[in-house]
Amino acid sequence: MISIKNLHKSFGELEVLKGIDLDVEKGQTIVVIGPSGSGKTTFLRCLNILEKPSAGTVEIGGLVADFSKPMSKKQIMAFRKQSAMVFQHYNLFPHMTALDNILEGPVTVQKKDKAQAKEKALALLDKVGLSDKADSYPHQLSGGQQQRVGIARALALEPKVMLFDEPTSALDPELVGEVLQVMKDLAQEGMTMVVVTHEMRFAKGAADEVLFMDSGRIVERGTPDEVFNRPQEERTKRFLNLIQDTDTI
Amino acid sequence: MYLNSIFSNPERLERLGDIAQSSFLPLIEAAVQFTLPLSVISFILGLFLAVVTALARISTVRVLQWIARVYVSIIRGTPLLVQLFILFYGLPTVGVTIDPFPAAVIGFSLNVGAYASEVIRAAILSIPKGQWEAADTIGMSYSQTLRRVILPQASRVSVPPLSNTFISLVKDTSLAALILVTEMFRVAQQIAATNYEFLLLYGQAALIYWIICFLLSLVQGRLENRFDRYVSR
Ligand SMILES: Nc1ncnc2c1ncn2[C@@H]1O[C@H](COP(=O)(O)OP(=O)(O)OP(=O)(O)O)[C@@H](O)[C@H]1O
Ligand SMILES: [Mg+2]
Repeated sequence: MISIKNLHKSFGELEVLKGIDLDVEKGQTIVVIGPSGSGKTTFLRCLNILEKPSAGTVEIGGLVADFSKPMSKKQIMAFRKQSAMVFQHYNLFPHMTALDNILEGPVTVQKKDKAQAKEKALALLDKVGLSDKADSYPHQLSGGQQQRVGIARALALEPKVMLFDEPTSALDPELVGEVLQVMKDLAQEGMTMVVVTHEMRFAKGAADEVLFMDSGRIVERGTPDEVFNRPQEERTKRFLNLIQDTDTI
Repeated sequence: MYLNSIFSNPERLERLGDIAQSSFLPLIEAAVQFTLPLSVISFILGLFLAVVTALARISTVRVLQWIARVYVSIIRGTPLLVQLFILFYGLPTVGVTIDPFPAAVIGFSLNVGAYASEVIRAAILSIPKGQWEAADTIGMSYSQTLRRVILPQASRVSVPPLSNTFISLVKDTSLAALILVTEMFRVAQQIAATNYEFLLLYGQAALIYWIICFLLSLVQGRLENRFDRYVSR
């Protein structure tokens, strides 16, 4: 489903991604962990071309983007459609209701039939457990509810891959579970997902593979059990110790 | 002195009452026929110009940025009255003659365009980057992002400063009297020239300006409330 080869990204002089290679099968859930500044967010944003990679190729769902060549707007749009992003700070549109947030992609952008799109949007709201919040504005929702709307908004685009950037790290601890549950359900239903998170429970319960990133490289990869319980690399061990100490993973 | 003489002189008092009564209607007429249309038309055209200018300022195209900067700088750096005089008295000397009303509309629109563009630019820049990214990720084009996501939010932020711009504009239209637009202040001048009751006539004009601006500030309050619907406090 995803095939990434030699992905590079620099901001000016600063090289943030130093050659990432990764293959993800359809239906797999990949969890990415790593210290702050290691390039996790940049990596996800490159897959959605919110950041234009400096070099490398990415294939998602059969569409290939070769970043050593210039891309037209149209090509970028087409490639971007393959995946959808869920943001750390939800980034819902505050002037639209939950329902309208979800409809914006299908109706405004994809020009789908409004009545059908609405039916589907309501089904998505139901799926994330918010069928009674369709007409609420984001500020009337808790953080966890907002993030679930964010997930529904991304799903409404019918992407082949879902990208999550620390979707629970801005949430109060008691709200984390409801969002992770929605994500676990998605993983179980066979959605292909790349998730940046330090939620150990989620990684252990839902990840097929865990990647440890440091300084723009994938330093270690393996099953959750391998990476968390038998890490091979010194840097991985140090990082795991650090976050297990503060109990945030 | 003046007040004393009025109250000690019932005939004069009566005369003032008559003048006030008979001049009230022409003043209101002038306000409805010229002051308000001039304000509204100039504001709408000006806002349009302001959005275009603000977008030029934040665009990545150097030439557009530069044109917008020069325009704003010239308008802000020169007196409104001088601009109106150039349009109405100056341009005819190079063969461009514009009637009073259109000349005033052009002058005031250019003014609103420059001042409001700074307001709108600041409002657009105040919208968090995450909103642009969310729009990007759902596949919106630049113009869709502006229309559906950025400008609706920016306009909420802009209501108070733009209301100020509009209220200033209503008062500034009195300057159009000097390029022969028969708006309310000019009518007051004309009537006063026939009966020499300057204080009365200008006082009446002032009262009507104040009432208009007061009503506008009420509208502003309602607009702000409406926009606050979706804002957490
Ligand atoms: N737009 C940008 N311009 C310049 N540098 C950037 C930009 N975005 C990110 N960086 C830099 O790239 C590096 C990687 O950032 P990134 O946000 O990908 O890290 P991260 O792993 O997601 O960290 P965190 O856990 O704190 O979210 C950092 O050094 C950051 O300062
Ligand atoms: Mg990050």
